[in-house]
Amino acid sequence: MVENRPLLTVFCHVVLIIGILVVAFPLYVTFVASTRTLDEILTVPMPLLPGSHFWENYSTALSTGTTRGVTTGPVGRMMLNSLIVALAIAFGKIAISIIASFAIVFFRFPLRNFFFWMIFITLMLPVEVRIIPTFKVVADLGLINSYVGLTLPLIASATATFLFRQFFLTVPDELAEAARIDGAGPMRFFWDVILPLSKTSIAALFVIQFIYGWNQYLWPLLITTDESMATAVIGIKRQINTGDALTEWHLVMATAMLALLPPALVVVLMQRWFVKGLVETEK
Amino acid sequence: MEKRVVFRSAWLPYALVAPQIAVTIVFFFWPAVQAGWYSFQLQDAFGERTQFVGLANFAALFNDPNYLHSFKVTALFSVLVAGSGIAISLLLAAMADRVIRGALAYRTLLIWPYAVAPAVAGVLWLFLFAPSIGIVTFALRAVGIQWDWVLQGDQAMALVVIAATWKQISYNFLFFLAGLQSIPKSLIEAAAIDGAGPGRRFWTIVFPLLSPTAFFLLVVNVVYAFFETFGVIDATTQGGPAGATQILVYKVYYDGVKAADLGGSSAQSVILMGIVIALTVVQFRYVERKVQY
Amino acid sequence: MKFTKLAATLAAAMLCASQAHAQIEIQWWHSMTGANNTGVNELATRFNASQKEYKIVPVFKGSYPESMTAAIAAFRAGNPPHILQVFEVGTATMMAAKGAIVPVAKVMADAKEKFDPKEYLPTVTGYYSDSKGNMLSYPFNSSTVVFYVNKDAFKKAGLDGEKAPKTWKEFNAAAEKLKAAGFDCVYTTGWPAWMHIENFSSWHNVPIGTKQNGMNGFDTEFRINSPLHVRHVAMLGDMAKKGLFTYSGRRNEGEARFASGECPMMTSSTGAQGTVSRTAKFAWSVNFIPYHDDVKGAPQNSIIGGASLWVMAKKPAADYKGVAKFFSFLSSPEIQMFWHTSTGYVPITKAAYELTKKSGFYEKNPGYELAVRQLTNKAPTENSKGLRFGNYVQGREVIEEEMESVFAGKKDAKTAMNDAVKRGNDILRKFEAANK
Repeated sequence: MVENRPLLTVFCHVVLIIGILVVAFPLYVTFVASTRTLDEILTVPMPLLPGSHFWENYSTALSTGTTRGVTTGPVGRMMLNSLIVALAIAFGKIAISIIASFAIVFFRFPLRNFFFWMIFITLMLPVEVRIIPTFKVVADLGLINSYVGLTLPLIASATATFLFRQFFLTVPDELAEAARIDGAGPMRFFWDVILPLSKTSIAALFVIQFIYGWNQYLWPLLITTDESMATAVIGIKRQINTGDALTEWHLVMATAMLALLPPALVVVLMQRWFVKGLVETEK
Repeated sequence: MEKRVVFRSAWLPYALVAPQIAVTIVFFFWPAVQAGWYSFQLQDAFGERTQFVGLANFAALFNDPNYLHSFKVTALFSVLVAGSGIAISLLLAAMADRVIRGALAYRTLLIWPYAVAPAVAGVLWLFLFAPSIGIVTFALRAVGIQWDWVLQGDQAMALVVIAATWKQISYNFLFFLAGLQSIPKSLIEAAAIDGAGPGRRFWTIVFPLLSPTAFFLLVVNVVYAFFETFGVIDATTQGGPAGATQILVYKVYYDGVKAADLGGSSAQSVILMGIVIALTVVQFRYVERKVQY
Repeated sequence: MKFTKLAATLAAAMLCASQAHAQIEIQWWHSMTGANNTGVNELATRFNASQKEYKIVPVFKGSYPESMTAAIAAFRAGNPPHILQVFEVGTATMMAAKGAIVPVAKVMADAKEKFDPKEYLPTVTGYYSDSKGNMLSYPFNSSTVVFYVNKDAFKKAGLDGEKAPKTWKEFNAAAEKLKAAGFDCVYTTGWPAWMHIENFSSWHNVPIGTKQNGMNGFDTEFRINSPLHVRHVAMLGDMAKKGLFTYSGRRNEGEARFASGECPMMTSSTGAQGTVSRTAKFAWSVNFIPYHDDVKGAPQNSIIGGASLWVMAKKPAADYKGVAKFFSFLSSPEIQMFWHTSTGYVPITKAAYELTKKSGFYEKNPGYELAVRQLTNKAPTENSKGLRFGNYVQGREVIEEEMESVFAGKKDAKTAMNDAVKRGNDILRKFEAANK
């Protein structure tokens, strides 16, 4: 820093710590609630220290789900669904976007600009805007309550394509020139040159898309009515909107902790690439 | 931007774009066209009777005080979420930029809410603010504030704004931090030599240089508030009480799915599409601006 | 000769065997949760064990709105379930979908299953029958709204816990005393519109809407801005201001507050008795809902809530016989008594009611009988058979929105109810136009 102002530095640390506390407070309370019994939670105010029912609550949630409220089934199953959806969307999106982007940047062909704009326009149509007709299309195709129905419609958004496009535009022409001189075809060029170069972008995209897929809410809400197909995020919401019974908060909170653990881990562990990918290219 | 060196092939590029184009047509354009088609019709729930009614659905919407109220609610919600999200994250980023020690730790501890689904964020804050058992409710009552978001519309709005903003703080924080760290130190040093204190330096030098980032985040946050917060609303207030938190996208869902009013919901979708396109055009224009900068 | 006979016998045996294996599956989509879910599965098990031709397969499809949406989508895709459980506010929508459903009366008649409407409790079946008395859907789980009282809290406030308030005047007096005894929340309710508008109207023998509350035609209009309705909602608004009425939400959020002891008085579904009995740590009772004693004809009878089973069309003809058999099974007194006593939903036949009385169940659980007695308090009039409004999911929410503005002190009752009528009628007209 420019000058040495210890007071200001202390002030900064204090603000940051307060910020972290505020940001982390809900998580802490959630964790405490997930280790207590329902009665302890319902007595106001709930004690703010972790209780002793950690294993009991988590194993109940994972294996049998809530019992008195809406039957949501075992959370373990829901986590598996979320994992499948998140991975399928992440890999699927990356795969079809990278080849589409490659084609648009490195080739000249009729309709190239048309395709580019077609893909671009989808940025303007988030799923919330076209839910009912998309639901009908998926229903007509018989894809309700299926993994394909959960993932396929979400795979073709433009974000990944644009990220790759931006990146490919910065690849020096000399590389492509060299490949051509060597007699390598475009696909060789793709495998040997482009892919290795794109590692950081792919990693960043993986984090973004994994979280996107894991946290999907509206689409799985519409597509799955079978409780065995629900994802973790949907499951939490279903556990709250009960019909005739009390919400089992201790299990809801345990499920919430389980539901946010995988994406949080992905973000924290892959922080470096994630930050790079987010910040260096416009979405 | 164009590449000088390109490949040529009669069929390969088509094969490469085919998967994305196919999914885009089936799951984007076809439903969008259908939404447009439905918006001109009046249907019963089971689709047994359909009548073409022209612009009647749109007219009904603009004559419906509730729909217009939704516009207001959405605007208010977006401004609050985007505004407070940006302000708070800017503060945190400015602080983090100054400290050298522990920067990585602070960053790690502040970015994980990005991973939380909006719906889950809604549930967490719902629990904290629950009228009977919430911890924060208890604290508020202890200082004399009668907290009851089930009945008080503005309290419900506060609840969803807090839940939605909490999540976005980390995303904004990352961008601001990166933006701050890319400002040349020489500029700041020059100002310091001229006798400007840290506050003055921030407002006259740092903030203007940060404005492209801030503007970019503004647009992103507004789009987030418009759409991705559906999960927050559905998990907590479901648009209530008395429509106080019924944002436009929630109304589209509610009218289409719960009320089985396909025509009205589709008309709302069409209008929402128009708004999104306008917003995206703004963003695209901005991207050009940034590139020149 | 012998060989041919043997061959014939063998052939016949094989034919019979293959018939037995061609068991027809009947898909039943429902929204029952918790203990009710267990009850549903038990019913299916018992039916399947009682015969071999048909197999009922119950599937939990989410909440009522979710399951209805799924069924509509399935129907449009050509693959609906046989039986769909639809909540009472969806009755008009289902009834109007003439090509999508088969009336229960027709299903029973076609299958030649014995079916006498007179054996059923009129308040229950009247809700789901057309104007000629033909039953359209099967009233599976019906509840009504009752008045829960925390007897221990009453004692603490110096009131007699055994004498629950009967009129709204007495109710208000008791509320004041409870407030003075230190209760922050004195009264709350579940399902506010069901209690304070729909049941309120039938309990006082006044109409909710024209055309027999919509049962006689889609061109019905709401009448809930009458002076009596306005006066009642205004009363609730005043109580809210004085802290005598605490609003909990549009569904059954209030039940948890009663069960935890927070609010000593509550009106909500009889279905809550299960939860309350498991959770409450105080003495409590179930009573008739209060009425205004200066209204002629009050108290009349309350109306039901809950859901019914609709039979969907476009399934193979042979399947419907199985559906009919299942409904006959459900109507038997023993099965009715099982469902009634394990869930708190009311029995739908007079025989079932008598059987339960004879078994002594009501001595130990007087609350369960109270619901039936309140429903049959008097012979139903055209104001108290139930209601049938199109798109009533939306309609009820509109009414509740307006009520919320009154409770929050933002609107006066007269304006709110007039607005409710106007907005509600708009929804009715839209439904009427779409279902011409």
